[in-house]
Amino acid sequence: MSQYILRRLLIAIPSLLGISLVLFIVLALAPGDPFSELATNPNVPPEVRLALRAKFGLDDPIYLRYVHWLVAMAQGDWGFSFTSRMNVDTLILQRLPTTLYVIGSSQLLALMVAIPVGVYAATKPYSLFDQVANTLAFIGFSLPTFFTGILFILVFSVKLDWLPFVYTTDINATGIRWLGEQLRQAIMPVMVLGLFQAASMTRFVRSAMLDVIRLDYVTTARAKGLGKARVIVRHVMRNAMIPVVTLIALQIPAVFGGAIVTEQIFRIPGIGSLLISSILANDTPVVMAVTFVFACLVVFFNLIADVLYGWLDPRISLR
Amino acid sequence: MLDTELRTMIDGVKDGRVDRRAFIQRMIGLGLTAPMATQLLAIGGVAMAQSPSPYKPTKRGGGGPLKLLWWQGPTLLNPHFATGTKDQDGSRVFYEPFASWDVDGNLNAILAAEIPSIENGGLSADGKSVTWKIKPGVKWHDGKPFTADDAVFTWEYASDPATAAVSIAVYRDITVEKIDDLTVRVVFAKPTPFWAAAFVGAYGCILPKHLFADYKGAKSRDAATNLAPVGTGAYRFVEFKPGDLIRGEINPDYHMPNRPYFDTFELKSGGDAVSAARAIIQTGEYDYAWNMQVEDEILLRLEKGGKGRTIYAVGGDIEFIMLNWTDPNVEIDGERSSVKTKHPLFSDPAVRKALALLVDRDAIQKHIYGRAGRTTANYLNGPAKFVSTNTSWEFSVEKAAKLLDDAGWKPGADGIREKDGKKLKLLYQTSINGPRQKTQAIVKQACQKAGIDVELKSVVASVFFSSDVANPDTYAHFYADIEMFQIPMTQPDPGLTMKRYHSREVANKENKWQGTNFPRWVNAEFDAAIDAAENETDPVKRAALYIKCNDLMWQDTVVIPVMHRLKVGASANSLRPVMSGWANDLDNLQDWYREA
Repeated sequence: MSQYILRRLLIAIPSLLGISLVLFIVLALAPGDPFSELATNPNVPPEVRLALRAKFGLDDPIYLRYVHWLVAMAQGDWGFSFTSRMNVDTLILQRLPTTLYVIGSSQLLALMVAIPVGVYAATKPYSLFDQVANTLAFIGFSLPTFFTGILFILVFSVKLDWLPFVYTTDINATGIRWLGEQLRQAIMPVMVLGLFQAASMTRFVRSAMLDVIRLDYVTTARAKGLGKARVIVRHVMRNAMIPVVTLIALQIPAVFGGAIVTEQIFRIPGIGSLLISSILANDTPVVMAVTFVFACLVVFFNLIADVLYGWLDPRISLR
Repeated sequence: MLDTELRTMIDGVKDGRVDRRAFIQRMIGLGLTAPMATQLLAIGGVAMAQSPSPYKPTKRGGGGPLKLLWWQGPTLLNPHFATGTKDQDGSRVFYEPFASWDVDGNLNAILAAEIPSIENGGLSADGKSVTWKIKPGVKWHDGKPFTADDAVFTWEYASDPATAAVSIAVYRDITVEKIDDLTVRVVFAKPTPFWAAAFVGAYGCILPKHLFADYKGAKSRDAATNLAPVGTGAYRFVEFKPGDLIRGEINPDYHMPNRPYFDTFELKSGGDAVSAARAIIQTGEYDYAWNMQVEDEILLRLEKGGKGRTIYAVGGDIEFIMLNWTDPNVEIDGERSSVKTKHPLFSDPAVRKALALLVDRDAIQKHIYGRAGRTTANYLNGPAKFVSTNTSWEFSVEKAAKLLDDAGWKPGADGIREKDGKKLKLLYQTSINGPRQKTQAIVKQACQKAGIDVELKSVVASVFFSSDVANPDTYAHFYADIEMFQIPMTQPDPGLTMKRYHSREVANKENKWQGTNFPRWVNAEFDAAIDAAENETDPVKRAALYIKCNDLMWQDTVVIPVMHRLKVGASANSLRPVMSGWANDLDNLQDWYREA
């Protein structure tokens, strides 16, 4: 096992290098520069822009820039953002808690909805409950988050005036009120993201359950006289959850990656909104860092998913 | 008219024969309004009056929180690194210049004790120096006194190329001397009629020497103060998260009486303009939002029975179509649109004139810009003193068709006009932006009716406005027949805006397309007028020169103005923001208050 993990980690190195090279080249070839806003400002002559480009090394050949980036990254120096001239790691760490809170809660919500609904629907396939759950799930993952997000805002903020739609990281309160506000402002984004996730996950849980529930050992367990609930929870779910757990493990990087669209709609200062604004501003060091960290997380959680799989299902051996 | 009459009037004000206010009234009557009067009177030898401030609160603080929403967030808080207006706004909350432009385009003294004029000895008669007197008793947020050394240091800091300040152009050609602790003199190499660039407005913000002294030049990025500013502003710094949030609290030692009104300050960023408008006008979650680039129709709908309103400020921002004077389809020495070529269609003035007749400015205003735009025939739309009244525009497909007929452009079999085998086909490019694509459609439709075939092209803004030498789609390369964009006027003076079209500014391969004369228009008369205006200290002659420049551009149809754009903000009904078309939204933040 440990040999397997070590081997996988070693394989990860060249693949991460490959990923970083591709990312870097794509970003370097992308048109535009971080100082385009200066272009329309008549107070700033063009040579100022050229000097800034030269100072930030944007005029060097691509391979040189990549090597510089790689060497610095290997030493733990993530560079600095062109637009805020701030260290990239500080910038990311600043955004991380919000992303973890909002996206994490929405994933939890998705699980809390998907598992019970999926399991219950599978125990009574084609019943009224199953039909309703299925229909809702279809609606749920057919509606994009930018649509439901705006719909929620119009209903709950504009019409009913119940919830704020601008997310603030600094709530001017303490104790229980702070907690209350923190929850209140997260309701809409968490709902939007969570229900979207829950919809597809419900379908997944349901079909995983259906695969297992028909197996002979389930019938045997029932024939032994075990209670229905006990069979479902102890015998069926345990096996049906194996693919679900791997799915969840593969979802975890997304928790760190943020949700670009939803964060933009609700003005959540998370990693997703950092990424999109950096992309729009051609802020290469930030885009590189965020995407590269994301790539690392994906590779890492893939490994975890594989290991988990072997652990949950001893029939699968990892060599 | 300009020369003698104005001069007599200025003398009248000087002698006290003419009341200041009456003078401005007369100007308005003459179609030449406020912002001009001030600079005009200043060099003409009359002290600039401070605009009467409508500020009502009678004590400092007590106004509760002020919550602002910027849909593009400030990413840094050093005014000399500010790449965009958003960063300038964020920095301006904490840092201050000697003076800011107010609503009418007057200079409003902030850190200066008075606005320099010939009377008070601030301006030299030869236009080669300005002496600023500093308000005594001003303190930095950390309690250290603010002195002339800080201003001199700011000049040294910004003019050092290694600092990589974006404001370098404002400071590199001047010298700043300390006369005493509360007086500095700005010396220009040449007579400079527009003296209010250094230490005024966004790039005029003064940095504390004691905190930045070690971070001048190459180490500029390491200053901790870049992210935690210590300024002299009405609000003290509390917290900053780039692209997300700025928080401030009232500065109890602020140098202006009864100011500021609000106890805390918050600037939240992110999202989009429409939802920002919602948060102000519909739900009232926030007090003020900036740069409402939202269709007027939507704004009108939101405003019905809402908690807020939109407010407008007139400046000189112009949205216009630029005509290419060179051939974008012929490559010479590795560049297209080379100044050595002539545009095959636009070399006929009739085609240019016809095109100007085909831009339906009324329709564009009615359907796209609404209250945020004014129609105009001029490229230069402000301050009023510089606005030409010799020009006119109209929309007429018939006249355009006749003009083309007369010039020998006859419709071919496909309905497209042609002459000598050249078809009237144009490539029309602009950046991707809702109103611009709609404008393109309106122009294209009219052109089709007149027998001109227009192909539309839209480029992502980050590419279109980039300085990328290798990218052929930038607005500077201008590899198209016509293109449309906006040039903002950041100060109430046409110097920079008009200089763009000087023949030495032609954008080409040699200067890596950094020249600002994108149409590659070369006109000796225009060049001469610009050169003369740059060193002309007589405000009246100078204004006449710039009007002449504008008229030359109009006669030659170098550009076709589409819309004189106004600045739009959204404000809570009770808030009294101070917004100027000549300054950034937060340049007069100290004067903001809320009506009880």
